[in-house]
Amino acid sequence: MKLVIAYIKPFKLEEVKNALKDAGVSGVSVSDINGFGRQSGHTEVYRGAEYEVDFVPKTRVEVLVDDTLTTTVVDAIQSAAHTGEIGDGKIAVLAIEEAVRIRTGERGRDAV
Amino acid sequence: MAAGDIAWVLISSALVLFMTPGLALFYGGMGRARNVLNMLLMSFFTISIVTVVWVLVGYTMAFGGDGGGFIGSFGDLGLAGLTGEDLLFAMFQMTFAIITPALISGAVAGRMKFTAWVMFATLWSLLVYPLVAHWAWEGWLADLGAIDFAGGLVVHINAGVAALALVLVLGPRKGFGTEAFRPHSLPLTLIGTGILWFGWFGFNAGSAFAANGTAINAMVTTQIGAALGALGWSIAEWRKVGAPTTLGAASGAVAGLVAITPAAGFVGPAAAMAFGLLAGLVCYLAVSLKFRFGFDDSLDVVGVHLVGGVLGSLLLGILAQATIGGVDGALFGEVVTLWYQFVGVVSVLVFSFVMSWLIAKLVDVTVGLRVTDQQETQGLDLSVHEERAYVFTDAQ
Repeated sequence: MKLVIAYIKPFKLEEVKNALKDAGVSGVSVSDINGFGRQSGHTEVYRGAEYEVDFVPKTRVEVLVDDTLTTTVVDAIQSAAHTGEIGDGKIAVLAIEEAVRIRTGERGRDAV
Repeated sequence: MAAGDIAWVLISSALVLFMTPGLALFYGGMGRARNVLNMLLMSFFTISIVTVVWVLVGYTMAFGGDGGGFIGSFGDLGLAGLTGEDLLFAMFQMTFAIITPALISGAVAGRMKFTAWVMFATLWSLLVYPLVAHWAWEGWLADLGAIDFAGGLVVHINAGVAALALVLVLGPRKGFGTEAFRPHSLPLTLIGTGILWFGWFGFNAGSAFAANGTAINAMVTTQIGAALGALGWSIAEWRKVGAPTTLGAASGAVAGLVAITPAAGFVGPAAAMAFGLLAGLVCYLAVSLKFRFGFDDSLDVVGVHLVGGVLGSLLLGILAQATIGGVDGALFGEVVTLWYQFVGVVSVLVFSFVMSWLIAKLVDVTVGLRVTDQQETQGLDLSVHEERAYVFTDAQ
C-alpha cells in the first residue's frame, strides 16, 4: 500500500478529483494549506504599504492506494494538476505498513 | 422643541451610538486574526466606560453652563435635574463622547494591556474630551469665532493627536517596519465602514439638533464627502499601485467623512465634493508618514482622523458660505475665519497632545501600558481575554 500526497494549485482540485475517480480511487482527503516552493511568494498592498507574502495557498490531496494502482494514480494527478506554470506543486509517495477499515476491522489491501 | 425635531435627535443618538460597534468591526478586520477580539472589545468597552464618566461628570464639564470659557459649571452632576430637550442633548452628545476615545484604539493594536486601555479611556474622557468639547461648542474657541459643525476639532483632531501621543509612549509592535501586518478580514472592515457611513448621517445631520434645512444640507454634504473620499483615495491608489483595493475604498470613505464633519452644515454640495476628493488624496499620502517617522500608528488614526480633521477644519475656513451656515470663509471675503480655524486646530492639537501624553505616562508608570512580549506574540485574544474569535471545530 502507498499513501500518495499531492500539493496542488487550489483551482486544479476539481480536475484532480475527477481524474482520481476515473482512475478507480475510492476515497480522497483534501485540506487547504499554505506553503512556498520555487514559486516563492507574492506581493500584497494594504494602504500603500507593500508586503511580501511568502506563503501561497495550496491544496493538499491524500490518497491511500493499493500498490497496483500507485502509478495510475500518480500519473492521473500529475496530468490533471499540470499547467506548465511555476507553482504546479509536488507529488510524494510513501510506503504504508498497515491500513485498517474502522467500520469492519478489515486490514491491509481490503481496507484500502 | 417640536415633536419632529425631538424624533430626529432621538434617532440620531441611536445612529451615532451604532457607529462605535461599526468602528470596532472596521478596526477588527484590519488587524491580525489573533488580536481581533481585543480590537473589538476596546471599542465596545468604551461605550460602558464613557457612559459612566459622561453621566457623572463629563456632560456638565462640557455643556453644563459656562465657567469662564474653559470648563463647564459642574452644575448638572449625574445629569440630575435635566429633563426634556436638555436631557436629549446630553444623550446625543454622550454618543460623541463615546466614539472619540474608541477612535484612538486603532493606533494601539496588538500590544496594549486591557487594564491600561480602560484607565487611559477613563482618564481621557474625563480630562480631555469634555474640555475640548466645551471650548469648541460653548467656550472660548466658539466665542472667538472658530466653527466646528459636528466634531472636526472635538472628535477627529482630538482623537487623532491623542493617538499619536499614546503610541509615542507605548512604542511600536514587535516587528513593526520589518514584518507584514496584514488585515485579516477585509469583509469585516467593509461592514464596519458601511455602519460608520450610515451612523454618520446621525452624527452630522443630527448635529443640526433639529429636523430642518441645516440637517438636510448636512446629510447631503456627508454623503458627498464619503463618496468622493472613496473615489479620491481609490484614484490615487490605482495610479500608484496599479489596483483599486477594498481597504483603500473603505479608508477613503472614512477620510471623506472625517473631513466633511466640521463643515457639514456650513458648506454646500459643490464644496463638499472638494472636501471628499481632497481628503481621499491627502489621507492616502498621509498614511505612509508613520513608516517615514517610525511611529506605529497601527490602523492609521493619525493619517485618517488627525490629517483628515485638520484638512476639513482649515478648508472650512476657506469654503464656508454664509448663505448656507451663516459664516463666510476666506473665499467669500472673510479671511479671518481661516485664522479662527487655525487657532482652533492648533489649540486642540497642543492641548490634546500634551494631556494625552501625560495620561499615557501616568498609566505607564502605574499599571504599565504594554503586555509582555510573550502575550504579544501569542496574540491578545488568548493571552489577555482567554477566548478565541474563530473556532471552526468542536475539538477540545
